[in-house]
Amino acid sequence: MSEYVLELKGITKRFPGVTALNNVHFKLKKGEIHALMGENGAGKSTFIKVITGVHSPNEGEIFLDGKPVTFTNPIEAQDVGIAAIYQHVTNYPDLSVTENIFIGHEKVHPKTKRLLWREMYQEAKSILAQLGSSIDPKREMGTLSVAQQQIIEIAKAISTNARIIIMDEPTAALTARESEELYRIAEGLRDQGTSIIFISHRFEDMYRLASQVTVFRDANYIGSWGVNEITNDQLIVAMVGREITQVFPHKKHPIGEEVLRVERLGKTGYFADISFSLRRGEILGLTGLVGAGRTEMCETLFGITNYDTGSVYLKEEKLQIRHPKDAMKKGIGYLSEDRQKQGLILQWGIGRNITLPALERFSKRGWLNERNEGQLAKQLAEKVHVKAKSVFDLASSLSGGNQQKVAVAKLLTADLDVIILDEPTKGVDIGAKSAIYEIIQDLAAQGYGIIMVSSEMPEVIGMSDRIAVMKEGRITKMLERDEFSQEAILAAAMSETPDKTKAG
Amino acid sequence: MAVQTANVPPAEPVVKKESKLASVAKFREIGLLIFIILLAIGVQIRNSSFLTVENVMDMATNTAILSILAVGMMLVLVTRGIDLSIGATLALSGMLVAQIVSINSGFSPVLAVITGIGIGIFCGLIIGGLVSWLGVLPIIATLAMMNIYRGFTYMVSDGKWISSYQMSESFVGIATSSILGINTLILIAIFIYIAAYYFISHTRTGRHIYAVGSNPESAKVTGINEKKILMLVYTLMGGLSGLCGVLWVSKFASAQGDTASGFELSVIAACILGGVSIAGGSGKLSGVILGAVLIGILNNALPLMNVSPFWQKGVEGTIILVAVLLNVAVKRGVERNHLLRRRI
Amino acid sequence: MAQKNIQPYMQRTLSADRPFSTRQFFFQWEWLLAAILIGVIALNTSLSPYFLNINSLRDATMVFLDKAFIVFPMAFIMIMRDIDISVGSTVALSSVVMATVYNSLGASMEMAVVTCLLVGAICGLVNGLLIVKFKELSAVIITLATMILYRGIAYIILEDQASGNFPEWFGFFGWGYIYGIPFILILFVIVAFLFGLLLHKTTFGRHIYAIGHNDVASKFSGVNVDRVKVIVFTLAGLMSAVTAVFLASRMGSTRPNIASMYELDVIAMAALGGISTAGGKGRLIGTVIAILIVGYLQYGLGLINIPSQTLLIVVGALLLFAVIVPKLNLSRFKK
Repeated sequence: MSEYVLELKGITKRFPGVTALNNVHFKLKKGEIHALMGENGAGKSTFIKVITGVHSPNEGEIFLDGKPVTFTNPIEAQDVGIAAIYQHVTNYPDLSVTENIFIGHEKVHPKTKRLLWREMYQEAKSILAQLGSSIDPKREMGTLSVAQQQIIEIAKAISTNARIIIMDEPTAALTARESEELYRIAEGLRDQGTSIIFISHRFEDMYRLASQVTVFRDANYIGSWGVNEITNDQLIVAMVGREITQVFPHKKHPIGEEVLRVERLGKTGYFADISFSLRRGEILGLTGLVGAGRTEMCETLFGITNYDTGSVYLKEEKLQIRHPKDAMKKGIGYLSEDRQKQGLILQWGIGRNITLPALERFSKRGWLNERNEGQLAKQLAEKVHVKAKSVFDLASSLSGGNQQKVAVAKLLTADLDVIILDEPTKGVDIGAKSAIYEIIQDLAAQGYGIIMVSSEMPEVIGMSDRIAVMKEGRITKMLERDEFSQEAILAAAMSETPDKTKAG
Repeated sequence: MAVQTANVPPAEPVVKKESKLASVAKFREIGLLIFIILLAIGVQIRNSSFLTVENVMDMATNTAILSILAVGMMLVLVTRGIDLSIGATLALSGMLVAQIVSINSGFSPVLAVITGIGIGIFCGLIIGGLVSWLGVLPIIATLAMMNIYRGFTYMVSDGKWISSYQMSESFVGIATSSILGINTLILIAIFIYIAAYYFISHTRTGRHIYAVGSNPESAKVTGINEKKILMLVYTLMGGLSGLCGVLWVSKFASAQGDTASGFELSVIAACILGGVSIAGGSGKLSGVILGAVLIGILNNALPLMNVSPFWQKGVEGTIILVAVLLNVAVKRGVERNHLLRRRI
Repeated sequence: MAQKNIQPYMQRTLSADRPFSTRQFFFQWEWLLAAILIGVIALNTSLSPYFLNINSLRDATMVFLDKAFIVFPMAFIMIMRDIDISVGSTVALSSVVMATVYNSLGASMEMAVVTCLLVGAICGLVNGLLIVKFKELSAVIITLATMILYRGIAYIILEDQASGNFPEWFGFFGWGYIYGIPFILILFVIVAFLFGLLLHKTTFGRHIYAIGHNDVASKFSGVNVDRVKVIVFTLAGLMSAVTAVFLASRMGSTRPNIASMYELDVIAMAALGGISTAGGKGRLIGTVIAILIVGYLQYGLGLINIPSQTLLIVVGALLLFAVIVPKLNLSRFKK
């Protein structure tokens, strides 16, 4: 029998237009917690789906206990003891906890095929007890908190007698206390001989739990190390592909007068008491864990949703923004986090995408002028260096980086003072990343005030003039340039008791 | 508000949240029941012939067909679909069976019912195929098939009615005879409820219907065959419509081209009133039956209260609209409550 | 990849000229429609010797063009990935109100026609507002509810009766000619032209397509999605009222059950015209041809005494044809 419970060799997975995994390897021992790390878009999520049989690889082999296996659907993988807990919780909000645990492998009467509810309730209860949770197995899934849903997902994995459990960023939406709970559960499972593949962006997750770490970058396998053999810096180099300092050519740009001031902004259930100001030519980094309320806050500034309390001043004028159109007229632009769903119309050409926010600029009383439109689109697309043949090339045919450039070009159609960039380099390859950084620096140099939301610490540190750290809906720390460090940011993002002196 | 809730320990609001939601969910059915009782009392005061055994039985037989169809429609709605063709399927099956019976008076009632169900299943299979295999939107597919089935009904009938004198007594007896003093139609409906209850809460396939509606993406990851589930749901709906076609023709002792035209709207209304979520994933048998009862009472009570029968559609439309909007309002309230309870 | 000679970062100019592909030009849905239209006319001619002459082709339009007015706003709605199944009921309600205002309230016919248009627009506005304010509900369910409600109100107003006795001049809408051309045909051409301009040549039309492809991205790009939707649904209500005027004029009276199942015909015409039910696609010229196809087909089958109910099958089949064929073809075109 092999030393490894699971081994993947030379896995390649292609989707139309992209290679999501390129000849990657992975080895997992019994009773091991193995961290899988890499930036967004490195191929981690696709990799999991290959292991669990959601996708079949185009090339490569999977070995289970040394024997080659192929999965054509998730049930086959489940049958041999592989279970996954996905990043975006994939449950059935309308069904009960018990059903969510047992769906796909329900207990049925051997002859009549009747569902054995009582047995399932009993087992659900005992698994949950084993995990130290007292959630009622009859409750509706949709009424649970994210952390509780996470526990149910783990219970589901256990109920399938999984020997290999994959956890895809399970701590992303959890508080520090909830994460600690999860660590404890993971360690408990490991001690019972379950192997765990743990995917996370957080270094502390890895140091706390894993004994082995494998790194992917841009769909490629970079390497695999013992956690104690590799330093933090080496790991970053492996993930990012170069020394961080090389990526950010920090340009000197003069910082001018205040352009945006936010006072005690709040939205029930999302964020509260947000105050900051932004000056011309300044890049304000806004960071924090996923779910800290960064995107929600920025969306209210842009009028996607409305804030409940507080006020926003642009150039000393108090704003009443109901709709993104108002925000853009006043001078606030927003580059959304999800380029594919919120940023671009993928079925449209580059040109039409760029001109959509500014149709009135080349139209007369609502009549389109396609010649002017084409010229404007061409001019702006060239300004941000979009790689394409013509402005009629479909947005869906572009790479992630080029799509992002088109999205940036859309902002340039309006007469803006403030640009909010939400995760501007998410899912963008390294080459395009530095191009986007350069564009951002150029924009700052032209006098735009820039708010850059980002979860990637090197990026925030490398790009920002100041950094605001958010945690659970509040700004917990405002860091000046000389205070920048990963430790300081993490401390503010994770601290269990935020500085609430101002809230009183 | 938000600042004050910030210091509450996390465990407590979670518990409160649940009881709140659960009470809302229960409230809907109990509320519906209370509304039905109040309505019944109100009608009784206006007209004392309302709550007589005879009238109640009459109402029950009239509601039976509606409630059988509502059970099938619930499953369709649970998968996020809709079926507008059921009135037409019902008419086609009713007409074809009536023609068989009128030609062959010795045709056994059991065989007639089976034939009707068979025709319905065939109609449902076509719709299921369009929706699941060809990916046609349910509203478009069923709108088109509604016309086609209705057209066929007119075509086979050649514009003529089939009336009671052309039907054998045993055939008319399918829906009008009684066992132990209870009308067979009511018994058939009760049988359907029990079978449906067992199917949706005690079989894997039944639960998978809810899973597909609750989260189609997860269903894929879980390995549930969505196409098969959709196929099944529309086929069941067709089968029930076919059954109801025979029952309808037997009950009213007549088959016409425009039988049950527009009936699908009442069925959908019953489901919506019964709390079936149009967004899919949830819907209870008890709620749907109550919804059908409410519509049945309205149909019966309006004439008894000397309200012109022409008000019926207007009342029905208003009730549906209010019910769906109220549903959303309640949901929003619950969500707002969740947000208020979040720690910030 | 970067080692190749393409040198991606050096290329800084983009073409702003629309690429022309002969292949794409000939693989357009509209050509297929045109062929079907010719086929329908040929079939009709072979079935009935009276069909193929200018007078017959011209006068036939008076019979089937009334519902065509709704097809255009319905096309807009379907491009936005919504649907409106209440249009038939809106026709009934607005025409019933018109007849009642004229006959029972003693208003002038001009007043009654204006009221009719107003009622139609309000019906559409209500649909639009409900859809925008209650985003959790689909347009299907909201217009299903208003479909029952609007027709219900029509029944409450007129019960089971017909109402007519319109002044003589009112018949002009349905039966009048201007320079030997039916008035309805002239208005149809004008309306088609206006809606075509609106969809293809204005920012409003561009916004409709944007919403159909991706409403979230449209909102993030500053498109006022809610306003566009409300306007389009109101237009659908207004055009339903226009249909009501022509229908009442042609029939000489109205009753609460008129225009039942118009929604199917209208949706079928739009879908056949190449308006994708998946949103974002379709041109108005296609719907114009589709209107003529369905209209002449119904008219021709009527000429050879095929009962009108059989036509239901034809329309249903055309609708299925329109939604299924593109799905089958797409995979082949891509190869």
